[in-house]
Amino acid sequence: MKDDLAKLLDFIDGAGLSRRSFLTRSAAFGATAVVGTALTTGRASAEEPKKGGVLKIGLGGGEATDTLDPGLADSQVPFALNRNWGDTIVRVTPDGQIEPRLAESFSSNPEGTEWTFTIRQGVKFHDGSDMTVDDVVATFKRHSDENSKSGALGIMKGISDISADGQNVVMKLETGNADLPYLLADYHLVIQPKGGVDNPAAGIGTGAYKVVSAEAGVRYVLEKNADDWDTTRGHYDGVEILVINDSTARNSALQAGQVHMINRVDPKVAQLLSKTPGVVVTNISGPGHYVFIMHCDTAPFDNNDLRLALKYSINRQEMVDKILSGYGGVGNDIPINASYPLFDATLEQRPYDLAKAAEHYKASGHDGSPIELLVADGAFPGAVDAATLWQASCEQAGIPLVVKKVPDDGYWSDVWNVKPFCASYWGGRPVQDQMYSTAYLSTAEWNDTRFKDPEFDALLIEARAETDTTKRQELYSKIAHILRDTGGVIVPMFNDYIDGHSETVAGWIEDPTTEMMGGWAAQKTWFA
Amino acid sequence: MHPVVKLIAQRLALGLLLLLAVSVLIFAGTEMLPGDVAQAILGQSATETALRNLREEMGLNQPAITRYFQWLGGILQGDLGTALSNKKEIATEIGARLGNTLFLAFWAAAVSVPLAIGLGLLAVRYRNRWPDKLISGVTLATISLPEFVAGYILMYLLTVKFRIFSPISTIYDSMSFGQKLNAIALPVMVLVLVVLAHMMRMTRAAILNVMQSAYIETAELKGLRPLTIIARHAFPNAIAPVVNVVMLNLAYLVVGVVVVEVVFVYPGMGQYLVDHVTKRDVPVVQACGLIFAAVYIGLNIFADVISILANPRLRHPK
Repeated sequence: MKDDLAKLLDFIDGAGLSRRSFLTRSAAFGATAVVGTALTTGRASAEEPKKGGVLKIGLGGGEATDTLDPGLADSQVPFALNRNWGDTIVRVTPDGQIEPRLAESFSSNPEGTEWTFTIRQGVKFHDGSDMTVDDVVATFKRHSDENSKSGALGIMKGISDISADGQNVVMKLETGNADLPYLLADYHLVIQPKGGVDNPAAGIGTGAYKVVSAEAGVRYVLEKNADDWDTTRGHYDGVEILVINDSTARNSALQAGQVHMINRVDPKVAQLLSKTPGVVVTNISGPGHYVFIMHCDTAPFDNNDLRLALKYSINRQEMVDKILSGYGGVGNDIPINASYPLFDATLEQRPYDLAKAAEHYKASGHDGSPIELLVADGAFPGAVDAATLWQASCEQAGIPLVVKKVPDDGYWSDVWNVKPFCASYWGGRPVQDQMYSTAYLSTAEWNDTRFKDPEFDALLIEARAETDTTKRQELYSKIAHILRDTGGVIVPMFNDYIDGHSETVAGWIEDPTTEMMGGWAAQKTWFA
Repeated sequence: MHPVVKLIAQRLALGLLLLLAVSVLIFAGTEMLPGDVAQAILGQSATETALRNLREEMGLNQPAITRYFQWLGGILQGDLGTALSNKKEIATEIGARLGNTLFLAFWAAAVSVPLAIGLGLLAVRYRNRWPDKLISGVTLATISLPEFVAGYILMYLLTVKFRIFSPISTIYDSMSFGQKLNAIALPVMVLVLVVLAHMMRMTRAAILNVMQSAYIETAELKGLRPLTIIARHAFPNAIAPVVNVVMLNLAYLVVGVVVVEVVFVYPGMGQYLVDHVTKRDVPVVQACGLIFAAVYIGLNIFADVISILANPRLRHPK
């Protein structure tokens, strides 16, 4: 039913675009970046927001097992909910900048190994207590505890020391990382009173709305936080989140005016839904992508010619058209696309070339035995269909690809990252380094292609601490070339986020970071 | 002791034994599920360390027998345990969900049972004529339609095309009774369509069977109206099979409506169970399984007792 939710963590993790000038300013020269909130309200902000009304949102991706603990948020509903009652210290804006939130400003040393975040004063939690530097430190410590099950544990690992210093939080890193603010914008890292150590699921934060009632997997009711520290957001009197996991029911609810916004519109019906009077369907390309992964250390995939043969034999455009109904873009066998900062747009797109595929297949010396690809419907929406399309084009190139459909049940434990050739997806990460480090570094726990290349590793570590943007971009270009030509990942397509909202909602802006305007829809829109 | 009381006591004791056997099956069944809870909860983000921590925390390292008796002991004291996935009390969570499920099932039954029996009587009255054929044809058609198709069709017609009802059936405490009824109108309709045919056909068949009897002929000869004969003389003697099939359908309304719950976003037991199955939340799955089994067994005992009471031969055994 919703087996893919196990991986939706990644769908939501996708955030962030260009970092641009901020890096050179703050990291290279140690200067403090201060970006006002007014800068980032987006293109629809010419209109003055109106206050009032109760916004109803119908969201897929919620279950009876959800909790309010931000560390355990792993699907769309908890994500959207936590966004509204809590704040992170920084956030990624729609145009890929870092905007200070509960931090007023931040700076780093030139190497990017020590970061100082100045915490905003006079902010109150929903329970009336003051938000202090200690709360921030305690929150980060809770998420970095080795025993914690926080989804942000991986992010926090590289931070060796977190301490309070007056009004500042100081973080020391093991190795320089120019991307730290992007990582700290992670949606798990909601600042809670005393770090949320005693009661992580209390739902008390500094956000625009207060939690009134929470019925996991059913309905959440929020009311306006009258003492909100940020007066430019939270225009509704209240917000109601209804969990509607069935895609058809979600569409009907929007069409019937029962809800004002929905997420995850099925690409197959997006066109149709947009024709309903009073309904607007928006789509935006993000960093999420679908993959076929081969273990580079297992025969026959240990042969790069065979990997190339498979890469040339996949018809990417056909997949975007048929699997995503056009709501997406073609992939280039790297997990990065133009939605990432420092993306090398000159990187040549791998064509669909059956002659080349056949040539590489011949060069690989493969014995002609069936190459078994494991897929499940839960691997990504349309995975089985995509695999079948691929099988057909492989056949034309003489490659004996065989699709084996396996159950969704246990797919992520028994097939993905276990079997040498299967389908999967990634939700993307805010920055290139994080995406590569998560799944392509030799030592990464989720190196699901078993790709181990010392040169790749060295370049990646070098790029992480490199604060010169031009040099960094060159390094990432090299990295992309290596992975594209020798890696074990085949990226046929990047999928769009498709949301729907009623015409009564004003202020909707394009935010490629994640669905529902990056999760900010309830705070940044209003009733027209 | 009155033989009827004894019979009922026997049935109840058998029911309890059966429930115990079911508890063993449920426990064994959940033990055999592929994958493990820790892995399922953490999903793709599972690392060795996190898995180890979680397994330890959830007591998954203990032997199955120990866990079975701990579980059974807890249930006997009314403690269903805590959900592994979100640390909530299962008893409170299930309480609310079960209430919702029973609410929906009650209204579906309140509409469908009298309707099915009434239509059954009518079908017998006009057997093999057009009303009989129409009733059978329509109800058989609706039972043949998968629930979700019926659901989507009704949803399209009654919420999108003509905005009469809400497509979302979510109910919550702050709703008034009328609002709740309005919210569940569509799922009730779908459920009625699904269960109608079975009960109607059984009523029709059972009564037709009785209609062959000599005393019906007597009733006809003394000049009673056909419907009176059916309602007063035939139906009481056909109650046993009808009650059985009604109970089966009631049990279905309680335990088998997952699809309808999903389509109409109704917060009942089915959706609750499915959510926890995907997360391998074993205590919740076990608790739900046991409750479903108890509902089935309970309703069947009830049907048995009614059959006994309705049948003088069973009521006064020699």
